[in-house]
Amino acid sequence: MIRVTTTMCSSDASATQVTPEPSRAQLLEMCRLMHLARATEERLELLFRQGHVHGGVYRSLGQEGAAVGTAFALRARSDGTGDVMTYLIRDTGAIFTHGGEPIDYLRHYLARATSLSRGRETGVHFTDFDRGLVGPISHLGTMVEVMAGMTWAFRLRGEDRVGMAYLGDGGSSTGEFHEGLNFAAVQECPMVMVLEANGYAFSTPTRKQTRAKRLADKAVGYGIPGESVDGNDVVACYEAAARAVARARAGHGASLLEVVTYRRRGHAQHDAQDYVPPEELEHWASRDPIDLFEQRLLSEEWATPDELEDVAAGARTEAERAADEALAEPLPEGATALDRIYTDVTLPRPWTRLARPDPHDV
Amino acid sequence: MTSEPEHVSGSARGEPVGFLDAIAEGLFEEMEDDERVVLLGEDVGVYGGAFKLTAGFRAHFGAGRVFDTPISEAGFTGAAAGAAHMGLRPVVEMQFMDFISSAYNVVTNYLATSLWRGSGPMPVVIRGPVGAGARSGAFHAQSVEMAFFHTPGLKIVYPSTPRDAKGLIKAAIRDDNPVIFEEHKLLYRDPKLREVLPSEDFVVPIGKARTVREGRDLTMVTYGRMVHLAAEAVERLEEEDGLDVEILDLRTLLPLDVEAVAESVRRTSRLLVVHEDTRTGGIAGEISMRVNERAFEWLDAPIARVTAIDTPIPYAPTLEDYFLPQVDDIVTAARWLAAY
Repeated sequence: MIRVTTTMCSSDASATQVTPEPSRAQLLEMCRLMHLARATEERLELLFRQGHVHGGVYRSLGQEGAAVGTAFALRARSDGTGDVMTYLIRDTGAIFTHGGEPIDYLRHYLARATSLSRGRETGVHFTDFDRGLVGPISHLGTMVEVMAGMTWAFRLRGEDRVGMAYLGDGGSSTGEFHEGLNFAAVQECPMVMVLEANGYAFSTPTRKQTRAKRLADKAVGYGIPGESVDGNDVVACYEAAARAVARARAGHGASLLEVVTYRRRGHAQHDAQDYVPPEELEHWASRDPIDLFEQRLLSEEWATPDELEDVAAGARTEAERAADEALAEPLPEGATALDRIYTDVTLPRPWTRLARPDPHDV
Repeated sequence: MTSEPEHVSGSARGEPVGFLDAIAEGLFEEMEDDERVVLLGEDVGVYGGAFKLTAGFRAHFGAGRVFDTPISEAGFTGAAAGAAHMGLRPVVEMQFMDFISSAYNVVTNYLATSLWRGSGPMPVVIRGPVGAGARSGAFHAQSVEMAFFHTPGLKIVYPSTPRDAKGLIKAAIRDDNPVIFEEHKLLYRDPKLREVLPSEDFVVPIGKARTVREGRDLTMVTYGRMVHLAAEAVERLEEEDGLDVEILDLRTLLPLDVEAVAESVRRTSRLLVVHEDTRTGGIAGEISMRVNERAFEWLDAPIARVTAIDTPIPYAPTLEDYFLPQVDDIVTAARWLAAY
């Protein structure tokens, strides 16, 4: 297996544990998950153009390897006892890898009553504690603090669970990223901070976010290991993440993993990306993580062309089915917005919408 | 684990306890009863908190459940939210409640919306000293309630007596919703407030106002330290003017006990709202509107208010005294209202 060069900021010997190489079945599963992310997003984009999506649509085209590879290092469970993850808009692959399903993803974008937030929240802002998926809010950096606290709880109770938080190059400029990661470092929380360096935060290039040569160098300031890896090499992402996860699980605390990748679409569907040089897009299109991985699977004879075609077709079918199912489901009733503001206090309906309007009823 | 700290056992010994010790008792008892309750904040552990409220807690409960955080209000409040997701019931101390503004995002956007977004209950208490009068300037003396009053999903509690402080901190810790718990620092060691509390377990329900004193002529709605200034004013009004004034202590600001206010106003037909917080966007405005909706027909006079002035909190004693509502202000307003 080809190894990517990595550099550690820490001399901690325990930080470089040997990670078992993924099996052939695991490699094919990674390939399937990358296809599933891409196919589901493509289907979502179509739904958006047809007017079915009420908010923005964010693509992770080109970042599927980073998302799937890193998440693949986690222990996924569906009974609330596994590792936990908090993700962002371009982590579709990570969500699916950790047990999320295309139907939940699509229901959310389509604001269906059946969605995990009952149509209240946008995009990927959904939580499924059974699967260890914790949805973000839009304020970047907040989830780093939240994940620090989740993993701190694991440490307090002596559980061997690990948490992974995803953030981008732009998000790493926030104060909350700093406060959260510093907390995790000081408290030796079993947390892996994944920074997805994808070139742009909306229209602002990474060089306008930071003077750091590599985002991984930020780890030095927190006294934790930092590693930078080729984010378009799914296996390299998996191996680096597995090292960080093993460190965390063994009680050696938090670490930072930078995955260097590229956002091949605009920030959202409305963004024409005219601030990006075309040759840059061409360069990264030639480094597509699915193409690169499939070439390797074939050249190393880990998979046959037929197998790969089946994987891709299966992913497309699953995405289609999920879209059809979600589309057929209803939007929530308006008045359900009043539910669950508090666990124990019921809020009144607007008096003007009562059968016999009377302002005393407020 | 060491024996319990001296200041959390006054009630068990049948001794009168002050405001700070009452909160410490409530916190201590809840931590004894429920190992999911953890305490975090700046200097709460080894030092025992800037006001020594949690002195001895770390030695008793251990460094895992009582720990000092980096100076990072957003960071440790967000971490408390994460810990709550995983089944803990964190109590966060803001060393001075003024600093909660550094955690405004995580409080309003994350904690307050968690249940509604489908991310589950959020049993986190954020407690700490508030209030002016200690000559501590603009950044160690704020009232923070109205910065959060507009946020659905939060509860805001602001007790005025040791009994309410203990009963409400216990209720707040048992609550599955995020609670901001304001403690006026001038009440902490005020010897006049010391009272004997029940030796057995008790809570004071969140969301219920308390009638401090019944009266026929006028209703004063207030909370926190102003409850005691209002009581002083009412003594004078009774002696000098023969007025019979009702005082209502809100105790919880969010959710607001509107019905208690409306019920009182329906009997007295006059309402004065008194708060230490500044005037514009203060809670008097919301109470006035609620009474307008519910009890307009019963009012015999405009609703009046006595509040701090709309400035940052000044340092010089002369300036701070001018900033704060005084007993004389309350007397003046009540006389005007009674004569209307």
